[in-house]
Amino acid sequence: MELWGDGDAGEAEHPPAAPPDGEVSAVLVLEQAQVRDELLEAGSCHLRIVSAASPHRERASAGLFPETPDAADWMSQLNRETRSLTHLGCHLVLDSTPRDWRLLSDVMLWSEHAARLNPFTQLKKLSTFVRVTASPWMEVAIKVAILIQICLKSVAKSNTKEWKRGSGGVRFLVPLNIMEFAELIKTPRVDGVDNTEELWLLHANIDSTEKRFVGSLGTIIVKCKDLRVIQLDIPGMEECLNIASSIEALSTLDSVSLMYPFFYRPLFEVIEDGWQLFVPGEAFKDLESMTDEWRLSEVNKDFSVCPSYPSLLTVPKDIDDESLCKAASFRHGGRFPVLSYYHKKNGMVMMRAAQPLTGTNGRRCKEDEKLINATLCAGKRGYIIDTRTIAVAQQAKARGGGFEQEANYPQWRRIHKAIERSNILQESLIKLVEACNDQSHSMDRWLSKLEASNWQSHVKEILTTACLAAQCIDREGASVLVHGTEGTDSTLQVTSLAQIILDPACRTIRGFEALIEREWLQAGHPFQQRCAQSAYSNGKPRSEAPVFLLFLDCVWQILRQFPCSFQFNENFLIMLFEHAYASQFGTFLGNSVTERVKLQLSQKTVSLWSWVNRPQELERFLNPLYEPNNLVIWPSVAPQSLLLWEGVFLRWNRSTKCLDEAYQEMVHIIEYNKELQNKVNSLRRQLAQLETEDSPLQTP
Amino acid sequence: MEHIRMPKVENVRLVDRSSSRRIQVGTLYLTATHIIFVGKGSEDRNELWVLHSLVCNVVKHKSSQSGYPLLIHCKNFQVIQFIIPQESDCHNVYISLSRLSRPEKYEELYCFSFNPNVDKAEREHSWDFLNLKAEYSRMGLPNKLWHVTPINREYRVCDTYPADLFVPKSVTLPVIVGSSKFRSRGRFPTLSYYCKENHATICRSSQPLSGFSARCLEDEQMLQAIMKSNPGSRFMYVVDTRPKLNAMANRAAGKGYENEDNYCNIKFQFIGIENIHVMRNSQQKLIEVSALRSPSMGEFLLGLENSDWLRHIKSTMEAGIFISKAVAEEGVSVLVHCSDGWDRTAQVCSVASVLLDPYYRTIKGLMVLIEKDWVSFGHKFSHRCGHLDGEPKEVSPVIDQFLECVWQLMEQFPCAFEYNEKFLISIHNHVYSCHYGNFICNSQKERKDLCIKEKSHSIWPHLWESKLDFMNPLFKPDQSQNQGLLRPSTAPYCFKYWRRLYNRFDRELHPRQSELDCLMTIKEETQQLEEELALYEQKLAVLDKERAKTLYMQKGVLDSKQALWSLPLDTSLANTPQDYIGGFIGGAPNVFTLQQGERESAELSLFGDKPKSSDADSSDQESGVADFSSHSSGEESLPSEDSVKYPDSDETGPNRA
Repeated sequence: MELWGDGDAGEAEHPPAAPPDGEVSAVLVLEQAQVRDELLEAGSCHLRIVSAASPHRERASAGLFPETPDAADWMSQLNRETRSLTHLGCHLVLDSTPRDWRLLSDVMLWSEHAARLNPFTQLKKLSTFVRVTASPWMEVAIKVAILIQICLKSVAKSNTKEWKRGSGGVRFLVPLNIMEFAELIKTPRVDGVDNTEELWLLHANIDSTEKRFVGSLGTIIVKCKDLRVIQLDIPGMEECLNIASSIEALSTLDSVSLMYPFFYRPLFEVIEDGWQLFVPGEAFKDLESMTDEWRLSEVNKDFSVCPSYPSLLTVPKDIDDESLCKAASFRHGGRFPVLSYYHKKNGMVMMRAAQPLTGTNGRRCKEDEKLINATLCAGKRGYIIDTRTIAVAQQAKARGGGFEQEANYPQWRRIHKAIERSNILQESLIKLVEACNDQSHSMDRWLSKLEASNWQSHVKEILTTACLAAQCIDREGASVLVHGTEGTDSTLQVTSLAQIILDPACRTIRGFEALIEREWLQAGHPFQQRCAQSAYSNGKPRSEAPVFLLFLDCVWQILRQFPCSFQFNENFLIMLFEHAYASQFGTFLGNSVTERVKLQLSQKTVSLWSWVNRPQELERFLNPLYEPNNLVIWPSVAPQSLLLWEGVFLRWNRSTKCLDEAYQEMVHIIEYNKELQNKVNSLRRQLAQLETEDSPLQTP
Repeated sequence: MEHIRMPKVENVRLVDRSSSRRIQVGTLYLTATHIIFVGKGSEDRNELWVLHSLVCNVVKHKSSQSGYPLLIHCKNFQVIQFIIPQESDCHNVYISLSRLSRPEKYEELYCFSFNPNVDKAEREHSWDFLNLKAEYSRMGLPNKLWHVTPINREYRVCDTYPADLFVPKSVTLPVIVGSSKFRSRGRFPTLSYYCKENHATICRSSQPLSGFSARCLEDEQMLQAIMKSNPGSRFMYVVDTRPKLNAMANRAAGKGYENEDNYCNIKFQFIGIENIHVMRNSQQKLIEVSALRSPSMGEFLLGLENSDWLRHIKSTMEAGIFISKAVAEEGVSVLVHCSDGWDRTAQVCSVASVLLDPYYRTIKGLMVLIEKDWVSFGHKFSHRCGHLDGEPKEVSPVIDQFLECVWQLMEQFPCAFEYNEKFLISIHNHVYSCHYGNFICNSQKERKDLCIKEKSHSIWPHLWESKLDFMNPLFKPDQSQNQGLLRPSTAPYCFKYWRRLYNRFDRELHPRQSELDCLMTIKEETQQLEEELALYEQKLAVLDKERAKTLYMQKGVLDSKQALWSLPLDTSLANTPQDYIGGFIGGAPNVFTLQQGERESAELSLFGDKPKSSDADSSDQESGVADFSSHSSGEESLPSEDSVKYPDSDETGPNRA
């Protein structure tokens, strides 16, 4: 099997171990007892489905497979809980191959962390597993998993990406010899391996696949949501088809509860549960210390007033819950104006909402007016930033939406901006990525495609609007209400970016995480819908849109302009992009707090923050140049100042060796400086000490 | 002096280009060498100095309420707008400047009046700072195959070539003469770069006068000798940097290119780099794009595309890559020519040299390279930079393109260059400023005739003195990527718009914090710390030895050290924005700070020290505010009550759907 992949050909850190088939090093460590239980359950479940459903399998595993009571229990529980999984089990009978692969791969991916670098660690872990379940079927599982993780052997010594360009990457030979899928694969041949490369791909990360055949050589091109493109060359048409349809089936699972985060168990110790990190009450405590104009309302505690809002909302003190309900009925999706940000410096606030439902006959709502007026100081005026152009806002009236009428909101001045909506953004992303992947070496083509994608224009427009909002608050001393149509996309881009500009706290890692929780997750950005597909989606886009990616791009632009003012670096933003689209963590699942509660994400999945905030991980994301900067940072939004985010869009097309070296050098310079400072400090103390010791001797 | 009709105009308004709201009132002076604007206002008296030689053109605009606008475009891409209250004053300034910025004689150029406080010996010494002979011997020349020919000592064979030229030892004088007669302007093939490791060379010449069928035995022998001087190779490349069509057209004029049949063992190759006229127009378009006021993203990108500038940079780079690979990887010698061999040839040879030889990626090395491939080999600086009033069609940004290629390489290889982009920009500025004598005239002979070395100063030692400003903190000479050949990618997205050069004076477009400056500060601090550490260690040793004796002395030193230490090392300069806000283009708030060199002259201290950048405070950083609302409102102002006119579309409004 040949594979065109990208990525660094990492050096094998360990000599290759013995192939896993046949003899299994079965060491079951006792302290892993808990882990084992989990495994046993999950594994048994898979096995049961397989053996029960497929006569083909039964032949292979008959008699060898112990019917554990655990497995039976778990299975029946599953039957009750998720019909789809049972269905999945049935489905296996029908087309025999595609789906069990995923289930097995889940098991494999389970121990992902154990084997980041060395596949053989991985295999050992699984060996344990095999012992536990005592099923030869799991050996097969191991081999499938190897296929999935694509254990690569890179050709010869070529360690460089320049070596050969295919669809953007190095050419590796994978020593996998694929037999019939039922028997799966033979052991990877390990003789002569001097360089092992692993590639782990979440099924959820797969955006689309393409198949091609030349003779009996099949090629699967896997296009990922993180924009990577991988080409797998598989000899044998049937195998290729099988694999392709498996991938396809596994990457387009409909049910959220079948997503990997529900199967994922962390192999790290969760020190700090990310699910508990950013509860709304905490943020309110900070606010309380600054002003008493606001209160926490529980009006939405059962999510009935606004399904996309969280249960706790910060609203003006003087507005009671009843008024809130009325205001909610006047706003799209019940998204009545709530506090987004309080500017400590001058007490001005930023609120966000959805469009008012004025309709064509100019409906008004006294409570809504009262609600937003309550945020103004006497005699002051505020700004309403409508992220749509006036024309779009006018059109919205016909569908019952609209905008605040001057007459009814005399204390507010409305500003229209032109941030595009989902479909257009999605198209823009597709075009941009197409331009970036264009292999032709023509300058004109590149620039005109880049221009035609309009991506940079969107970045500019969003940044400009955010700057405008920030400017109204900080420079004009006015309060601001931001909304678009639904208040879940462009509105959040603007409010969150404005906070990054205004509030130094948002430029720290913790602060930025809190911002994403507050302004994106809890504010009801429909991540599940928006990130269902990325730039390689073939189908007609439904509600997919790179809204969050655009936000991250804007943050990156500000980061480029203020390289010392952010505690995090570009990697942090890229990581967030990846996890928003495909993740082993539950953080970005669901479309709103309501859905997350229903899915019981906090009980059943691990939070991204639990992982990121561990010191070992955090290290990668720290900006060595960071020095807290308490000022408001005003980015330039001129086209000359806005750059293409190469770290995302050219990530898989360019060699970053030199840039990485430069980054390392930068880190080195700063670390060396710190080291010297410490040395000098300690020497100074030592000297001072010696001096004081000496002084008495010297006094005559 | 006789050209100055109007030495001083009061109440002139200087308009900030980024926002027309920022206006300074002050006095405009015209001196024999500079335009000087002195802003009124007691606390920050801003000064703007512009050399006449940097002025590209002066345009009068339609009068406005506040007066008569005068727009000055400079060759370093600065654009200055004055508003002069009186029409007659404006006209006089315009006439004077138009004349002053277009000197007719070399003697009028600033380098002949520039008189820093140095004695004659020092000035002469400044010209010895670079030594091409030393450079050739660094390459390993002369050796048993290559030697200096005395044939052009008097510039008789080729008046645009330097006096000392390297040719294969095997070539006789008649062959050189014969070959030179067969080449445009007598520019016969001669050595530009020699690769010690494999004996491959880059040679350069002008086009052969081959017409449709002419041939020249001597020229053929010449090429043969060059090929033979690279014992390892069996053929050589002849690279014609022109598009094939241009070269063919030249045949009709009795010029052309080498016929592969007539020359033994050559491989002929066209690399379509466009001519100086195309490049001039392209850059003009690029400058227009860069100077657009608040363009949309589309306007900017389309403008960039339509200028074709990056495409030209790419083709130059590709030519350099071809040659460097031939030399380093194939070990094959290359002869490069274009038409006259002083524009594209210079570009391509020097780009190839930068790719090939790490030395040219050091500060000294780049100076030497420019001195060798450009200055000595007769790049027509006077014509190309338009130093004197003359044929505008001779002007072309050929050296700009070379500098930009180097910059593009720096973007791809951040650790490979000892210098940073400030160095390139500084060189660019001085190429055009006529401040120093280096880039005056079109050839070595002209410079000799004009006694440049006696009458003016050399830029190189001056740049060398400011070396610290030009250092790249990330430079790692020992790193693998910096050894030997650089292999840049030529994917279109690798070629970027050089904002620091083209928007050099638009301070608000650049990052408000500079990674570069920050790292420089840290590195400097590290050095101090190293010294301090050494001192402490020494003292500790001494203390240990003779505790009692040294107490008094030690106390003294320690105190003074403590004072130094108490400089905020922890909260060090590194990240407080004040330190790098204006760091790049002159210090804030004095946007108009001159290049360092321009401040040296005694006469420049007329106005005393300019205000330091200390008050570049938070307000400065927050200065990007102005234009965010401009697109929706159509006005360049804050969304304040009086200035924002949003289409307030109630039901009755004009925008009713």
